[in-house]
Amino acid sequence: MSIPTATAVDTKIRIRGLTKTFTVPGGHVVTALEDFDLDVPQGQFLTLVGPSGCGKTTFLRMLAGLETPSAGTIELNRGTAGRPENSMVFQGDSIFPWMSVWQNAAYGLTVRGVAKADIKDTVGHYLDATGLTKFADTFPHQLSGGMRQRVSIARAFANDPEILLMDEPFSALDEQNKTLLQAELLRIWDETRKTVVFITHSVDEAVTLSDRIMVMSAQPGRAKAFIDVPFDRPRDVLQLRHQPEYGEIVYDIWSQLKEEVDKAKQQADERVVSSKRSLFRR
Amino acid sequence: MSATVETAKAQPAVMAAKQIKQRRPVSRRSLRVVSIMSPLVILVSWEILSRVGALDARFFPAPTLVFQALWDEAKTGDLWNQSQHSLSRLVIGFVVGAVPGIVIGIVAGLSRVVNAAVRPLISGLYPVPKSAIFPLFLLFFGFGENTIWYFVATGVFFPVMINTYSGVANVAQIFYDVAENFGARRGRVFWSVALPGAMPNIITGVELGAGMGLIMLAIAEMLGGVGNGWGYMVWNSYQLFRIESMYAYLLVFALVGMLLALIVGLVGRRVTPWITRH
Repeated sequence: MSIPTATAVDTKIRIRGLTKTFTVPGGHVVTALEDFDLDVPQGQFLTLVGPSGCGKTTFLRMLAGLETPSAGTIELNRGTAGRPENSMVFQGDSIFPWMSVWQNAAYGLTVRGVAKADIKDTVGHYLDATGLTKFADTFPHQLSGGMRQRVSIARAFANDPEILLMDEPFSALDEQNKTLLQAELLRIWDETRKTVVFITHSVDEAVTLSDRIMVMSAQPGRAKAFIDVPFDRPRDVLQLRHQPEYGEIVYDIWSQLKEEVDKAKQQADERVVSSKRSLFRR
Repeated sequence: MSATVETAKAQPAVMAAKQIKQRRPVSRRSLRVVSIMSPLVILVSWEILSRVGALDARFFPAPTLVFQALWDEAKTGDLWNQSQHSLSRLVIGFVVGAVPGIVIGIVAGLSRVVNAAVRPLISGLYPVPKSAIFPLFLLFFGFGENTIWYFVATGVFFPVMINTYSGVANVAQIFYDVAENFGARRGRVFWSVALPGAMPNIITGVELGAGMGLIMLAIAEMLGGVGNGWGYMVWNSYQLFRIESMYAYLLVFALVGMLLALIVGLVGRRVTPWITRH
């Protein structure tokens, strides 16, 4: 991946003309993402919100290298050599049930063959930061959902990637745990200020965490609007909600989002109708 | 039809309350006493019925006589002698069957091509009764130890392979995604995801395989013309009408079967410490 000289130094991720099409059973071609452009500056916490099925997860999986684009380019402005490009915090349970909390958090470093002493320092630090130190030798099934997601976060941060990718990491948690984890995430993130691409369904979560929010259109996914979140850092998750601009930004995002959510719902309804039709034809 | 549905619908609240009331807690201790008593009661009644002549003592010798026969076999060294033959056959057959079972199961679980190649062979061969193919083994390998090893191995192979395959195939895709995202290559994916993910199923396969191995051993020793081993002793005792001795070796099979299950259980717990058991 060569970086064109025209690219500003502080652009971390540069995406041009990204397109992803799928062939679904029945032979229909679905365009998940079409001609998608995006620049993410170094150190920005960017959040993508959009209706279900707008290609958010597909986009993140392409960034993570788990899916190949049908067209277009993803360029990453790499810093230190030898660092992994990205680490992902997955949606739902993704920590290995057969590894202890420690082994899970150390996974990326172990795979890369990092020296034992360095692994010990790094993993120790992030288990500490996520309040998991005393559970280091515990297996995941003994932990609550919130604790398991903390392990997933520790695992991604410990790997020290160029960029962090998060796919609705808190969607399965209850409201109280969600708030706690958002605060913890912000605190840990403040130490390094890595570039983050975050996906969520929750507008509140997006406003709480991000520097910038991208509202995506219904399928095929495109950038519909960008909203800057001006709050200072470090942020207090609760204080933030008191601020008058908070409600304004949330309202702003919702009004952008509403139309797309309606459109996505209509698309889903049409899909059901057309699949019923093809059933009758058979 | 509709009447039963209605009554079922009208009842549940009351029914549930009743059931909860009726279900008295039974202490762990008394459950254990029941578990010990049930075989004892059967043995004691067997003993009495056999002694008073209600059971034909020629076919159903009193349990004490069976234990006596086993003790005699042990004293003369015969039991140990036969056990050496059988145990070595069991162990060799088990290893020869379980190792390829695990390897092929994992490879088939990871590779769709290998799976496509192996699947028809397995589904064609698996339903054939194992005892029915013993003559085939005699044809191929003749009368001797080889035949028994391969025959036992065949019995062990199928449950181990099939369970290992389904274990690997059922490891959630997300764990492979994680491994890939964190840069794991093939070997690492195998050791850190596929193998531990399939381990509970592999243990189940090994447990079933060990049981099947014992069945195969008995068949092969009865029909394989080797002239020794537990299976041979059962058959030979029957033919010589030494019924106590026949029962004694059946008892040996039962004890060995229990011991195998115990060993597999212990090893299983060791290699899957993340699974909670009750």
